[in-house]
Amino acid sequence: MDFRDSPDEAAFRADLRAWLAAELPDDWADREPHVGRWDFAAAKRWTRALFDAGYAGLTWPKEYGGAGLSPNHQAIYLEETARVDAPDHVGVIGLGMAGPTIIAHGTPEQKAAHLRGILSGDTIFCQGFSEPGSGSDLASVRTRAERDGADFVVNGQKVWSSYAHVADFCILLTRSEAGSQKHRGLTYLLVDMHTPGVEVRPLRQITGDPEFNEVFFTDVRVPVSSVVGEVGGGWQVAMTTLLHERGTLGFALTARLEALFGRLVTTARKTGAATDPLVRDRIADLYVDLQGLRFTNYRALTALVRTGVPGPEGSVAKLHWSEANQRLTALAVELLGPEGQLSGEGGFWGGYWQYQQLRSRGNTIEAGTSEILRNIVAERVLGLPRSR
Amino acid sequence: MDFAFSEEQDMLRAAAKDWLADRYPADRVAALADGDGRDPGVWRELTELGWLDPELDLLELAVLAEEAGYALLPAPWFSSVALAAPVLGGPPAVPPTLAWIDDAAGSLREAAGTVAVRCDHAVDGCRLTGVKRAVPDAAYAEAAVVVAQDHDRVALYRVELAAHPETVHPLTVVDGTRRIGELRLDGTPAERLDVDPGPALAAVRRRALALLACEAAGVAQRALDLAVEHARSRTQFDRPIGSYQGVSHRLADAYTALALARSLAYRAAWCVATDDPAAEEAVSSAAVAAARASVGGCESAIQALGGIGFTWDHPLHRYYKRAQWIAAFDGSPSRHRADLAALILG
Repeated sequence: MDFRDSPDEAAFRADLRAWLAAELPDDWADREPHVGRWDFAAAKRWTRALFDAGYAGLTWPKEYGGAGLSPNHQAIYLEETARVDAPDHVGVIGLGMAGPTIIAHGTPEQKAAHLRGILSGDTIFCQGFSEPGSGSDLASVRTRAERDGADFVVNGQKVWSSYAHVADFCILLTRSEAGSQKHRGLTYLLVDMHTPGVEVRPLRQITGDPEFNEVFFTDVRVPVSSVVGEVGGGWQVAMTTLLHERGTLGFALTARLEALFGRLVTTARKTGAATDPLVRDRIADLYVDLQGLRFTNYRALTALVRTGVPGPEGSVAKLHWSEANQRLTALAVELLGPEGQLSGEGGFWGGYWQYQQLRSRGNTIEAGTSEILRNIVAERVLGLPRSR
Repeated sequence: MDFAFSEEQDMLRAAAKDWLADRYPADRVAALADGDGRDPGVWRELTELGWLDPELDLLELAVLAEEAGYALLPAPWFSSVALAAPVLGGPPAVPPTLAWIDDAAGSLREAAGTVAVRCDHAVDGCRLTGVKRAVPDAAYAEAAVVVAQDHDRVALYRVELAAHPETVHPLTVVDGTRRIGELRLDGTPAERLDVDPGPALAAVRRRALALLACEAAGVAQRALDLAVEHARSRTQFDRPIGSYQGVSHRLADAYTALALARSLAYRAAWCVATDDPAAEEAVSSAAVAAARASVGGCESAIQALGGIGFTWDHPLHRYYKRAQWIAAFDGSPSRHRADLAALILG
């Protein structure tokens, strides 16, 4: 056990710090936080800078344009970028889900076509898994893919698809065998979002932002070469995607929570609440949440580095993060009092916390509801009998 | 960054687990807890096993503490290795404890400032007078390190309890596996220790909080194991009750709290072992998470077990009581949160 950086990790951290200091504007630390999801164009520019400096795809193999580094380096990257509150890579779905899935199951042509663009931010992916009738019960997808010559013809509807309105490609889970049930007969496709018949309708969220979308597929022709894995073997491929969604997310989420925690402390000081013993108690409690997540991530990371599989403790990261984030943002809004009802001009930081608080309600729903995640802990970690 | 125990530490854990399971099955712990709490042979046995070896570093002690919590080791090991032995130095020949709480000092930090028990200088040495309260393993210990006031400053003294049994007053306690008592000192002879009390008590506090956080992880793990075992086998409405989400989700939450607490407990032990600058924050964070995971985890387990978990016959209540003992050590979770707030907010 040793929490200090190895010489190699220390050098990586020092280089990254220097790079961040040079790349971020001089007044970056003093700025007011950006209200809302993000500025897409700015995120793309930042992604390009990350890519050029070799900081995109740190754990991806070198042959696919990654840096071939250990998950420890990825953890350092997330810590350091959170420390200075640097922007995120634009390719949330591509970098974290589509890319690793293509690396694991894709053809050489698919790898050549997509991986570099994901890293550079030139190719944006969205996820087409959930449907109006298929949420937590993902194996019930009904979007059809019917073989017609060298193509599959796709018809159906996906929903809650983040970034679909800006995406170039979609990782799409379809039912390719008519009449098949549950996990059988599914096929995983990479669909060009610019193909005729693809229609994206933004859904306005509780925050007012259209971050996610409904996507309609009407006779969309997708070449057979776009199948990832086996035809009919889509479930296994989708599980790889979800494993990456839930497995590598812990550090990114904790890093984000750390940035918000820093802003909570600033807000408590600015509003004069930092001397209130009740507020101090709640801030300290959130700090313990944050530290617990951070060091649990480290423990899972060491298990991953040593054994190749993340430890079972990693399965709690998203579950606990989502609830901690809800508590943190709710406390921040509470500190603002009546002013907390202003979501724009005249509001504290222009309504930053109001947006964050409302957005946080999605955290216990997206990427596996807390109910599903508790089922997973109960059944796979504790070995309790299945609930259904 | 490497956050796992070494192979040697894992072997130490396995050996400790085996010995504890063999030496302290639940019915033996129950018999001791419901009796006078004393297991006469265990001190010698712990010495022979190396559990009291002053060469053990804090990570090794952390491993032992977690397993001791899992088995509810009913021996004066914690009061020795965490509280008294580091002050006395060397291997303890007899079970020692530490007495710091009295009318003027409710915590280790306060005890480093002013205490009520006073030292008088007689021609033949020091004499201590006053009452020390909440002394761990008071009735078991044969020697005590006592914090006493010598005019305008505090100092540490060694009192031979075995030679002055009239000073020791066992009290009725909640946790029968780790009892506390009073030392009623009345001109009791004592030997002054050549130790700077401020740094010594601060080090004891960090060490004790780190080891108790590890012990709490063991307690919480045992409570969770008992609950999971019951939820798998107990059937109602023709289904194992663990298949009901009302039961399983609460246990999933107990697991989550434990996973977080365990990470912070190990990290606290490492920070204290290496004298890391974050040690104070680390032990406070670990103590808060440990109390939540162990007290809360036992409460969830009691609920999962239903009526049986509420009985004296089932071992679970003893874990619950130990968890409460740990949470109450030298303060409270809210006190630790106040310490953290001071570090974060000034």
